[in-house]
Amino acid sequence: MRISFTLNGKPASFEAPPSLRLSELLRENAALRGTKIGCDAGDCGACTVMLDGASVCACLTPAARAEGKHVETVEAETETLSHLRAAFHRHGAAQCGICTPGMLMAASALLTETPSPTPDQAKAALGGVLCRCTGYTKIIAAVCDARPLTTALAMPDAGAAVGAAAPRLDGAAKVAGDVFGADLWQSGGLVVKAIRSPHPSARFSFGDIELWAKAQGLEVFTAADIPGVNRFGAIPPFADQPALADQVVRLRGEAVALVAYEDGSAPPDLSDFPISWEVMTPLLSPAEAMVPNAPRLHETRPGNILIKGVVRRGDAKAALANSAHIASANIETAFIEHAYIEPEAGAAWMDGNVLVIRACTQAPIMDRDETAAVLGLPHNRLRIIPSAVGGGFGSKLDVSLQPLIGLVTLKTGRPCRMTYGRAESMASTTKRHPAQMKGRIGCDASGRITGLEFDGVFDTGAYASWGPTVANRVPVHASGPYFTPHYVAEAQAVHTNNPIAGAFRGFGVPQAAIWQETIYDKLAEQVGMDRLEFRLLNALRNGQTTVTGQDLHAAGIAECLTALRPFWQRALAAAQATPGRGVGIASCWYGCGNTGLPNPSTIRLGVTPRGALVLHQGATDIGQGSNTVITQIAADALGLPLNQFQLVGPDTFLTPDGGKTSASRQTYVTGRAAHAAGAVLRADILRRLNMGDRAQLSLSGATITAREKGQIASLALDAMEANIHGYALMAEETYDPPTTGLDENGQGTPYAVYGYGAQMVELDVDATLGTVKLAKITAAHDVGRAINTLLATGQIEGGIAQGLGLALMEEYLPGRTENLHDYLIPTTGDIPEIESLLIEVPDTHGPFGAKGLGEHVLIPTAPAILNAIRHATGAEITRLPALPHRVLAAIQKARS
Amino acid sequence: MTAYLRPANLNEALRALGNGTRLLAGGTDLYPATQNATLAGQVIDLTSLPEMRDITKTPEGLRLGACTTWADITGAKLPPALRALQQAAAEVGGKQIQNAGTIGGNLCNASPAADGVPPLLAVDAVVELASTRGKRLLALGEFMQGPRKTARHPDEILTAILIPEAALAGRSQFLKLGARAYLVISIAMVAVRITAENGHIISAALAVGACSATAQRLGLVEAVLVGQPLASASIDPAAVAVALSPVDDLRATADYRIQAATELLRRAITLTCRALT
Repeated sequence: MRISFTLNGKPASFEAPPSLRLSELLRENAALRGTKIGCDAGDCGACTVMLDGASVCACLTPAARAEGKHVETVEAETETLSHLRAAFHRHGAAQCGICTPGMLMAASALLTETPSPTPDQAKAALGGVLCRCTGYTKIIAAVCDARPLTTALAMPDAGAAVGAAAPRLDGAAKVAGDVFGADLWQSGGLVVKAIRSPHPSARFSFGDIELWAKAQGLEVFTAADIPGVNRFGAIPPFADQPALADQVVRLRGEAVALVAYEDGSAPPDLSDFPISWEVMTPLLSPAEAMVPNAPRLHETRPGNILIKGVVRRGDAKAALANSAHIASANIETAFIEHAYIEPEAGAAWMDGNVLVIRACTQAPIMDRDETAAVLGLPHNRLRIIPSAVGGGFGSKLDVSLQPLIGLVTLKTGRPCRMTYGRAESMASTTKRHPAQMKGRIGCDASGRITGLEFDGVFDTGAYASWGPTVANRVPVHASGPYFTPHYVAEAQAVHTNNPIAGAFRGFGVPQAAIWQETIYDKLAEQVGMDRLEFRLLNALRNGQTTVTGQDLHAAGIAECLTALRPFWQRALAAAQATPGRGVGIASCWYGCGNTGLPNPSTIRLGVTPRGALVLHQGATDIGQGSNTVITQIAADALGLPLNQFQLVGPDTFLTPDGGKTSASRQTYVTGRAAHAAGAVLRADILRRLNMGDRAQLSLSGATITAREKGQIASLALDAMEANIHGYALMAEETYDPPTTGLDENGQGTPYAVYGYGAQMVELDVDATLGTVKLAKITAAHDVGRAINTLLATGQIEGGIAQGLGLALMEEYLPGRTENLHDYLIPTTGDIPEIESLLIEVPDTHGPFGAKGLGEHVLIPTAPAILNAIRHATGAEITRLPALPHRVLAAIQKARS
Repeated sequence: MTAYLRPANLNEALRALGNGTRLLAGGTDLYPATQNATLAGQVIDLTSLPEMRDITKTPEGLRLGACTTWADITGAKLPPALRALQQAAAEVGGKQIQNAGTIGGNLCNASPAADGVPPLLAVDAVVELASTRGKRLLALGEFMQGPRKTARHPDEILTAILIPEAALAGRSQFLKLGARAYLVISIAMVAVRITAENGHIISAALAVGACSATAQRLGLVEAVLVGQPLASASIDPAAVAVALSPVDDLRATADYRIQAATELLRRAITLTCRALT
């Protein structure tokens, strides 16, 4: 059917099936890919467009309904949209940017009717668009501050980049719709779909695939087609996951085959794909998996135990026996879905004999290594180009579709593309580990912690993924940022036929913090101490040793707690006067970088003979802001202004290894490499010009000038020869944190740098309905040095939103919550006022003193919420999330 | 017939109805139910019929075209008896869903948690079903038969919801409980409509959703309210519990739903009584 309408002010006409989703028509027929698809179910609002001025989800709108109407997308050039784009950029309202088009369009509809909205009006208007990065705070602020811009965005001068609230360097792209995994492909190729297991445990065999494929006019690929080793994993010694399952599936959603069909042709009917299943009884909990005669998921792992992590120091048992006070807790948490709004997507093509894969990822070099092994390719024949990443939070550290699209292109020689559906993404990719945690903590009569025993069982699902990291990180961190002289903590990762549990912002530490921080409230109560003062008394200080025997320097937890004290005292007084009001507090610490393992980053910085200043920045920016922060660090180390830098992003053929975006390591580790590269390049320039350290540099055209006390010297770049990378001047520097491995008792120096934080929650509990309404969260985070205050507070607000979800609403149940209306993440209306306090206790290892922040921000939120609920009602929540029915039951239990 | 029909009038739509034909209104339920880019089978798009999307006053009461959207309802000037419906409309999904989703679609989709049903039950709504055989009227309580099940025959189109004049009296209140602020499926919801005279309740309509196979009126609890003073109207929790038959699901336990529904009824009654005094 021919469908004609006005598209962004111009007449447009397309031949398309009438019931085609308008989102598909816009993206595929009109090639306007600013409209994003996050769920195809009206649950996320990413595809919001305006139809005759009203906001609608394009995914729920039949194309035929646009006939004769006005359709407006994020690509429209309206005054309202340009004000909104500028405000989003200025306020840091776009982090990964995948929800930004939907937010902009929903806001545009609001501003058309209400030019100066209140925050509550903005929240209501944007309530139908989900964001997983920002915590909405800056989005709402931007919508309420969309105004004509009189001046250009201010950028810091040379030497003043660090500490500035500089807007994102990639912000203009983010507010224009950006180009994510699903948004770029080579035409005339194939579309790839996976056939996935509906069963959590089964054997399978194929029927006559060749016959079926011929009848359907498509190609099929199975494990038999894989040229390399059909096994990958984030941690090579534990690699156990097939790219395509071979005879056995171990989780619901595991891929067993691929079909590839001509791009542009009708999608094939996969319902009669020739496969037969022999369904087996799945192991659906660690308890079932650990019984002595349970079947093994992996032959080499008896008892289905993937790994045990342990940290032992002193004699915890004896210390507890001699403690004046002891408190304990049994806490159970759920699978948590990352729920980034961008489902996995990417494209592959051949460039000569090089296979190119452009997809969403947090770890391009790991993608290269793992995919090359599966496909049997040398590294120089596989190029990984990360797309803009629409949120990752840990899950996009693991390869997903990279080996799959790589296989199709390698086998056919043709370009291909693949986009996961929402249900497919949720079923097949990793989750946060559910934890069952028990143990006790003791203190003496004065409130000083004496000893701690912790035992955690973590459901690691069908494959290893990052299970070993969780099992190792949890025992190192389960003390919290408190001096704990006697300590034993053990964490086991247990295989089940549940979803693969992998990396998710904090690697198990958020779960352990819930256990430890809720016990701390009970201990403070037993001692008769104020809960903040109890924490402050025990806070780790410089010179004290951690539970791994590491002597601490630059400990900032006491500073965070002290900063919260006036807020805490005000809130406690207010709570006394407010029925149902509760106040809670919790702390965090978190080691930045790999646990006792090398994790270097390399940065290349060069100036071309024509005067282009180029930073090869391999830290994948998944929204957290490394493109900007790393450049700020390099800028000040070199001494040239931020706005003169050109970025070459991650690309395994163009950029040195910036390591993976995980473990809150990019600002610290890659930042240190950038600092070193900047400093080396600066020293090189000054040496060539025979100028002193304090000289001020400037770059104009092809000339670098240094000035100091009336002395001026210039370097003519165009007179210099370019090196093999094309640079007249270049520095390439690597940094690897000085750490040691842990011994059999978990003793050692696992991290060079720790970050610290404490958050305070004020909330109201409706004790008759069990509902919880957050009033305010005050967050104090020791970042060492805030490289970018706008991005740092953005991280805090976003982490809090995820912590809030973990505490109050999120629970992934395989087969039951594989969508974004049964799996709930916070909306605009769920986020309270957030006040961020940036504390700066500089660390000598960090660039300009900076520490990591990305994961820290999530850790204290959930325990602070639970502690506030207990403060308000006496209710002790032992199973998360604290859904209304659980809160009400806990209140009733506390009363009886 | 083409696979997708935008009929010019109701008769064309009715004639086109056949086996397996799907009626499309807002699309907020049909599209999420498929992973495909298009809708399968033969689709009749009812939003092309202007007469199905208006709210009109009739001698018998009020008529809501079945394709009236949630946003239409929120924006319309309606009597206080329908305030509950307007409150429900403002809480369905987000703005995008409210701009597309229709009241008729909400009824025909027949989710136990359909937000439109309790407020309409509280105003004794009747549905109008048209077919080539003619029209018939059915009380909403009889139309809603269970989860995903209605009394609509395959050759019928739900054309309108009729609210009798007598039920447009009094004031109303809707309360919904979910685990987050927006875009949330109800754990429990209630709609209350009360008429009063001289400080006493003359009639009460109480409807509860998401706590039984389909939303329902609580006749026995209503009867006890009649004659009570507005200032101290109260209900018997045991009677509420007997009337409901909730299930345990991922959102809440059955036991919790009964407690929550009872409390929501109490609050809605109090708010309504206060508005009447």
